[in-house]
Amino acid sequence: MATNEAAATTSAAATDVAAAAAVVAATTGADAREGTSVSLRDLTRVFGATKALDGMSLDIAPGELVALLGPSGCGKTTALRIVAGFETATTGEVLVDGNDVQGVPAAKRDMGMVFQSYSLFPNMSALDNVGFGLRMRKASPTVRRKKAGELLEMVGLSAQAGQFPHQLSGGQQQRVALARALAIEPRVLLLDEPLSALDAKVRLQLREQIRTLQQRLGTTTLFVTHDQEEALSMADRVGVMRAGKLEQVAAPDEVYDNPATAFVAEFVGTMNRIPGDLGSGGETVTVLGTTVPVQSGGPTSGAVNALIRPENLTIGAAENGNGIVFLRTFLGATSRITVLLSGDLQVLVDIPSTTAAAMVPGASVAVGIPSAAVHVVPAAG
Amino acid sequence: MAAIGTYAKQGWIRRQLRTPGGDTGSAVARSGKFPVWRWAILLIAGVYFLLPLYAALRFAGIHAFGSVFTTPGFGSSLWTSIQISAMTWIITMALMVPTTIYVHLRLPRLRALLESITILPIVIPPIVLTVGVLQVFPIQLKATMWLLGIEYVILAMPFAYRAIDAGLRSIDLKTLTEASSNLGAGWLTTIWRVILPNLGTSLLSATVLIVALCLGEFTMASLNLVQTFPVWIVLFDQENAQISVSASILALVVTWLFLMLIVTIGTRRARRTGAGEVTLFTVTANTTTIGES
Repeated sequence: MATNEAAATTSAAATDVAAAAAVVAATTGADAREGTSVSLRDLTRVFGATKALDGMSLDIAPGELVALLGPSGCGKTTALRIVAGFETATTGEVLVDGNDVQGVPAAKRDMGMVFQSYSLFPNMSALDNVGFGLRMRKASPTVRRKKAGELLEMVGLSAQAGQFPHQLSGGQQQRVALARALAIEPRVLLLDEPLSALDAKVRLQLREQIRTLQQRLGTTTLFVTHDQEEALSMADRVGVMRAGKLEQVAAPDEVYDNPATAFVAEFVGTMNRIPGDLGSGGETVTVLGTTVPVQSGGPTSGAVNALIRPENLTIGAAENGNGIVFLRTFLGATSRITVLLSGDLQVLVDIPSTTAAAMVPGASVAVGIPSAAVHVVPAAG
Repeated sequence: MAAIGTYAKQGWIRRQLRTPGGDTGSAVARSGKFPVWRWAILLIAGVYFLLPLYAALRFAGIHAFGSVFTTPGFGSSLWTSIQISAMTWIITMALMVPTTIYVHLRLPRLRALLESITILPIVIPPIVLTVGVLQVFPIQLKATMWLLGIEYVILAMPFAYRAIDAGLRSIDLKTLTEASSNLGAGWLTTIWRVILPNLGTSLLSATVLIVALCLGEFTMASLNLVQTFPVWIVLFDQENAQISVSASILALVVTWLFLMLIVTIGTRRARRTGAGEVTLFTVTANTTTIGES
């Protein structure tokens, strides 16, 4: 199933999506439509003793795709559900185009949502599923069928229009769900981990398809995920959440290169934790013999670890280096070298594969850090 | 449910295969055939059920069947029973479907409580219920089929609740409801277009059980002085036992045909939409349940 679908998507996604989106855009006038802005203002949601959301604020510009990224229980889904109208905020407000939507029932919010679990109505064909929202908007059967057909075409599933959900693969079901959410021409598209139940290959293709469609239609989108790769690759901006708060909201490269906090640094991408010695009131740290400034927000005393990305570490062959190559993993353009430092400390170093020839297991190497400022975290944590 | 059974079975077979010694070969050989003991059980059960029927048939004789339809009271009592069944079905469904959906969605903690409440009618003997009801109900309703219908609603409640509950457990009710309202559907539309069609199987089960109950109940009907079909059979037995017995055999066959019809329709529907299998007395969970992650 997955292979078939993969093949179908590759051809469909690349060529047809853009064309089909243009068709829909032409019929709906969505291409040139001004998007909707969404503002979350100081949202708090208390469940018993736990604060699922703790003063979260976020502005989403018209047509923007913002991904909320965080571990499970960080409040990202709660935030999305408050926007959708399935939960109510304890305090704070949600503004859609400047209007507070509190008290507006979910059914009247004009927000298309794709759920994590397969949410297609089992008793309806793919076409009827997509047409359901239009039916609720009292569209005539002819209009409904035509529009639903166009949307199914847009997600590359015209041939499956008459099939029931149980006859579709997981990826196909989520594409129908996406078409269903877009059929109502939503002001805001809400994606609640729509790809997490799918296998890796389908996930990758659907990811691109969603992003292409979203950009084409210019629909303001809030996307919740715990998969950093998904967030970084799809979003205009990524909001990293922890314990009901946004730690950082920024463009994907900004979040990756300049994480605002140690949590963001460790949650996004791969990080080495290397012990360091704090100096001068905790403003500098000495790691692997190099002293560098410390990013604010961390501990100022005690044993600490510095956080350094594998591609930022330097490595070179050295007679009496500080480490020994333990493993070399070929990843294509880059190779990941696992180096054993003294004290049984393992660090990962990414280098271009063209320069990795000498890094054979057992080779003595010198590992160093760049002179840029680093985040530090307590060593015990 | 079915899937769990299959896995369990596979596990069992694997264990059998792993068992060292001479047992291995025989386990495989045995699983290939339809074992003798199954035939024995089938035969015993068949005799147990069919022998009384055969005896009744012998006793009534074929000629009695012809005169059943013209016997006074047959038509009217059957009609009364059908009316009461319909009434009971309507009231029970109108009460139990929204209640169960509501409890599932909004008050999941009350599920255990509701379950124990709905089991009460099974625990309390019908005679106690009837006497109690007759004490409190207005005199105008006494000895009418309306009162009997209301009493049957109480009897039908456990069956209806269990069937609907099983149906709701087998679908991702929360997600379906949210998806529906997200697309602009109100509560009634969601229940009518999204939830009920996907409960098809379990609603059929509930219907089968309710109708079977109403067509066969005797104690309450007779205490309420309503001449339902079973009451008529017992009363007429004193006049002409042969006709009475042939009427009950006829009733059995008609009820059976009716139930088979319902199950057949249900199975055809279920096959189309991929819902769970329909059987008379079980509501198998929908094995395509998703969204566990």
